[in-house]
Amino acid sequence: MDRRLHADIHRKAGDFELEVSIHSDAARIGILGASGSGKSMTLRSIAGIEEGVSGHIEAGGRVLLDSDSGVCLKPQKRNVGYMFQNYALFPAMSVIRNVMAGLKGTKEENLSRATDMLRRFRMDGYADRLPGELSGGQQQRVALARIMVTEPDLILLDEPFSALDSYLKEQMQYEMQEMLGSYQGQTVMVSHSRDELYRFSDEIFILGNGRILRSGTAQDVFAEPECVEAAKLTGCRNLAAIRKCGQGRIEVPGWGVTLSLDREIPDWAEFIGVRADALRPVWGERTDGCIHFDLERTDELPFEKHFYIRTGAAAGSAPALADIDENLLCWSAKPDIQKLIDERGLPDWLEISEENLLFLRR
Amino acid sequence: MEALIETAGRLDWSPLWISLKTGVVATIISFFLGLWAARRVIRKDYRTKSLLDGLLTLPLVLPPTVAGFFLLLIFSRRRPFGMFLDESLGIQVVHTWIGCIIAATVIAFPLMYRNARAAFEQIDVNLIYAGRTLGMSDFAIFWRIVVPTAGPGIAGGTILTFARAMGEYGATSMLAGNIPGKTGTVSQRIAMVIQDGDYVTAGVWVIIVMVIAFAAVFLINVITGRRMKNIRKW
Repeated sequence: MDRRLHADIHRKAGDFELEVSIHSDAARIGILGASGSGKSMTLRSIAGIEEGVSGHIEAGGRVLLDSDSGVCLKPQKRNVGYMFQNYALFPAMSVIRNVMAGLKGTKEENLSRATDMLRRFRMDGYADRLPGELSGGQQQRVALARIMVTEPDLILLDEPFSALDSYLKEQMQYEMQEMLGSYQGQTVMVSHSRDELYRFSDEIFILGNGRILRSGTAQDVFAEPECVEAAKLTGCRNLAAIRKCGQGRIEVPGWGVTLSLDREIPDWAEFIGVRADALRPVWGERTDGCIHFDLERTDELPFEKHFYIRTGAAAGSAPALADIDENLLCWSAKPDIQKLIDERGLPDWLEISEENLLFLRR
Repeated sequence: MEALIETAGRLDWSPLWISLKTGVVATIISFFLGLWAARRVIRKDYRTKSLLDGLLTLPLVLPPTVAGFFLLLIFSRRRPFGMFLDESLGIQVVHTWIGCIIAATVIAFPLMYRNARAAFEQIDVNLIYAGRTLGMSDFAIFWRIVVPTAGPGIAGGTILTFARAMGEYGATSMLAGNIPGKTGTVSQRIAMVIQDGDYVTAGVWVIIVMVIAFAAVFLINVITGRRMKNIRKW
C-alpha cells in the first residue's frame, strides 16, 4: 500500500482560515494544537465531511480532492476511517451491527468478518449489547473495530482519549498502539495533549490558528519547537524576549539576567524559552544566569510542586508576547528538590542552564 | 347498561371500519410524507425553515373547517383541479372515501412532521458523518441510523397522527360529508346520533373509540419500547 499522505487544505469559515500542508510517509502522524486551532477541521477536510474545502488531498495512492481538476470524492468513496471524539456509535444498533454497518458483502460474510474483528478487540462477548451499555473504553474499541473492519487506507483519530478518565486514558493509549500494530496504512491523530501525541507519533505537526507552525519527529519538535506558539503547545511555560549583546551574550530584560552562552545563537532567535522543570535552584553565591525572584504563589500537584515566582526585573518589553507576563515564571520542583527546600528553605536564586534554553522566533 | 349492550348488538359497524381504514391509510401517508418533509426542512437556512415550518404546521393550528374550506376549493368538481381529476383520471374526492383520507391526512400530517423534525434535530450529526465515512449510502444512513435513533420521537408522532386522523371531524364533514357506509366516520356518527337525542348509541361509540385509542397507544408503546433500550431513565 502506498503510505504517503499529501494534504494541502484550504478552508475559510467566517473569520477563521485554515491553510495547512501535511506531507508525510510516517505510519503515525500527530497533529498538536490548542482548541480552535483547526485540528478537527483538518481531519474533517481529509475525510470529506467538511464543506467548502479546496486544495489537494491524496491518501493511499488515490486522489481524494483536487480543486484544480474538480475532483472531490464523497466521504463514502474516500476509504478513510474516522474516529470521532464521542465515538459516534449508532445508539439504536447492537455492537455487532455497528461493526457490520460499513460492510458491503452478504450478510453471512459481514457477520463473520465483524465477529472476527470483535474477537481481535476482545469485545466478542458484547456483540449483542447496545453502545449505551458499554464503558468508555469498550466503546472506543468498538469504534476502532468498526473502522478497521472496512480496511481503510487512512485512519483519522479525533481526540480519541479526551472522553476517558486518566487511568483508562493511559491504558487505552497502550491498547490503541497494540490494535493499530497490524494496520498497514497511515494513522493521523489530533490532540491537544502533548503526552498522548509524543507517545503516539512518528511525525508531529504543530498547528496554531489554522497554520502549521512546526513539523518533524516527536523528539525534534519537543527539543526545538522553534516558534513561540509551538513552544507553548509543547508545554514550555517560561518565555521572554531577548536582546543580543554580541560575543555570545544575550540579555533577558524580563528576567533581569544576562547570559553568556557557548552555544551558537541563531540569527532568527527573538525569544527564549525555559521549561518549568529546567530551572535549577541555587543556594548561596549568585552566578551568571541566576534569576532573582519573589515567590508569588505555589500550586501543589500529586508528584510535583509549582512555584510561581516574580522576577525583580523591570516590566518585560516584548510586544509580541502580549498574552504572557514575562516577569512571572513557573518553576516545577520534583520531590527530591522539595526535600532540599524543606531543609534549607527557598533557594536564593534560580539558574538557567544553557543546554535547556530554547531559541524561538515569533 | 342493558340498553348499551342491546344497542351494541344491533349496531351498524360501518363507521368503525371507515374510521379505522381512514386512520391507518392517513397515518401511513403522513408517516412517509412527514419524515420526508422534516428531513428537507432541517437542511434549509433559518429563514426558509421558518417559512416552510409555518406553512406545514398551518393545518394543525387552523380550525379544521378552514382547512375543509381550502380542500373544497381545490377538489370541488366545479374547480379546475377537481375537474381535471374527475375528467382525466376519473378520481372524485368530494363525498368519497378518498375525501376522508385527504381531509384526515392534511389535518394529522403536521403532528407527524413536527415530531419527526424535533427528533431529527436532536440527532448527533457525528452519527451521520460516521455513516458516511464508513461508506453507507445516504438512504441507508437515513433508514438504518437516523430513523431508529429518532425512534421515540417518531413513534410519538405516529401515535398522535393516528389518533388525530381517526378522530377527524371538521374537515372530513366538509370534504367527504357523512354518507352512511361510505364516508360516515365514527366522529360524524356520534355527532349525528346526538343530534337525534340518541345518547345510548353515542355512548356505545364513545366506549368503542376510547378502547381503540388506548389500545393503539399502548400497542405502539410496547412495540417501540422493546427496541428502545438505548433510552435512559432520568
